[in-house]
Amino acid sequence: MQVPEVSEGFTGLVNKITIGATKADGGTRTSTVTIGGARNVTYGGSIDDKSEKPVIALDVLDTRPEDWPDVLAEPYKDVLDNPADWVKKCVEEFGADLICIKFDGIHPNKANKDAAHAVKVTEEVLKAVGVPLILWGCGNDEKDNEVMPKVSGAAKGQKCLIGTIKEDNYKSLTAIALADGHFLISEAPLDINIGKQVNILASDMGFPLERIVAFQDTGALGYGMEYSYSIQERQRLAALTGDKMMAMPIICDVGYESWRAKEAKQVDAPGWGDAADRGPMWEATTAICLLQAGADIIRMRHPKAVTTVRKFIDEIW
Amino acid sequence: MILIAERINGMFKDVKQAIADKDKKVIQQLAKKQTEAGATYLDVNVGTAAADQEGTMQWLVETIQQSCSTPLCLDSQKGDVIAAGLKAVNAENGLILNSTPLNKKDDDEILDKFIEMAEKAGPKAGIIALAMDKNGVPQDIDTRVALAAEIVSKAMEKGFDAQRLFIDPIVLPVKVPNAQVQPGNILSAMDQIKFLSDPAPHMTVGLSNISQGATERSMINRIFLAMAMSHGLDSAIADVFDADLMKVVATSDMLMNKQIYSDSFLKVYSSSAR
Repeated sequence: MQVPEVSEGFTGLVNKITIGATKADGGTRTSTVTIGGARNVTYGGSIDDKSEKPVIALDVLDTRPEDWPDVLAEPYKDVLDNPADWVKKCVEEFGADLICIKFDGIHPNKANKDAAHAVKVTEEVLKAVGVPLILWGCGNDEKDNEVMPKVSGAAKGQKCLIGTIKEDNYKSLTAIALADGHFLISEAPLDINIGKQVNILASDMGFPLERIVAFQDTGALGYGMEYSYSIQERQRLAALTGDKMMAMPIICDVGYESWRAKEAKQVDAPGWGDAADRGPMWEATTAICLLQAGADIIRMRHPKAVTTVRKFIDEIW
Repeated sequence: MILIAERINGMFKDVKQAIADKDKKVIQQLAKKQTEAGATYLDVNVGTAAADQEGTMQWLVETIQQSCSTPLCLDSQKGDVIAAGLKAVNAENGLILNSTPLNKKDDDEILDKFIEMAEKAGPKAGIIALAMDKNGVPQDIDTRVALAAEIVSKAMEKGFDAQRLFIDPIVLPVKVPNAQVQPGNILSAMDQIKFLSDPAPHMTVGLSNISQGATERSMINRIFLAMAMSHGLDSAIADVFDADLMKVVATSDMLMNKQIYSDSFLKVYSSSAR
């Protein structure tokens, strides 16, 4: 049987954005990453319709992680107390395209560090590496509103990706990201309607839609990955049919979510295979699935998983 | 929803006057405001008053395009007037030729001519084809569908993509003796027309016709539009300045899952939907 030609003529496209500012652009980054730009679904249409190559952001925490399983902590064991050394290792040894500084340490229920700490970490990391940065708050609205504007200021002009803004907490971070020339991450709890609304709210404040990256929340393999997958897929289709409020590139938090799964971190489980491979495989599988739904930036943690996912991206894109 | 904004038409007093005075400002303002209100295309109709219809069409097209890049819908029953517009038009972003019946008593080939004109204008040019022929406007469902089928098959024969074809099943004023059955007939015809090809041809209507001469015109237009959209209508020549009508379009699109719901869905429709 002859295979029919299925060329879909979509009218819209995913916004293409470049994160990071080099010297020529007023920053100090030595490299930038460009994401988005897809004119079709993943694997769909002609080769020219594909997105820019998806990128991998490695997570670096501002304070020593409290609950990382040994398998995950092992590759970083010498640097976990020092974000500057940690980011260097991620870039130089593990080939991170960009770094996501996750400010877990400022959370009131964790180390409850102050803004001065967060600013110091930001400055040190900016000095230590030249890749673009993602600056991600702790998730506590009050604390994030207090600390993240100062973090934004410390990285002013570097064209970082900063987040997250949510439906009921978006004003202060949107205003400061606009002033400091950053990109924003809009977050919704696996709810595409809210996802769209957050983008509209930021846009209403004058924030350019083409400077937003969408985070629709991530579910790991076995823990709701299908929801993330179908939301991302639907968002891509909306973007392709011209919905400008849905035309954002997508970021996924694969590292954190995968390593919450007991199948990834449990050591004492003889029937499940070697934990040293199982965790990284869990992370890599989640990442590869979500890449196929159209993820543009994948936040990851284990270097072994990064190697697997990098190989996949290089073969496909 | 593909909205073809109806206001640049010589039948309206302000446009008629602007044509007589060669007053570009009035026309350019209408083009800008209709675009801002959510128009996908701007209909351009010289009306009946202008002595030189061809020259007027050309002037209107040039005037609009000097200030606005919204694609145009050249509207005339006369092929020569459309051809005059084609000389000046930029079809890069799209174009619709409005309109041709299947055939006319004095011109059996008129549909072919429109298809040829559209082909010549560029790959983004479409046509509106009326579900009528030399015998006039059909009153029943079956004849409407049969005429639409002939139009679609003729377009296919000529290799003209169905997605460049807008079938107009022809809306008649409801306030005409014995015409109250027609809106229902049109909806039933639409149910069949959408299966004439895959992908389906577009379907469009001259919406304001339905309320011609009636009271509560805006209400009649709005409700019929929502009903027709649920039967597959994906385009209309309409008054985009009718804010309530635009809300009906936004809500219908959302309810039919053509737009992703958000709490601000009404507000963002005109800027995000197309």
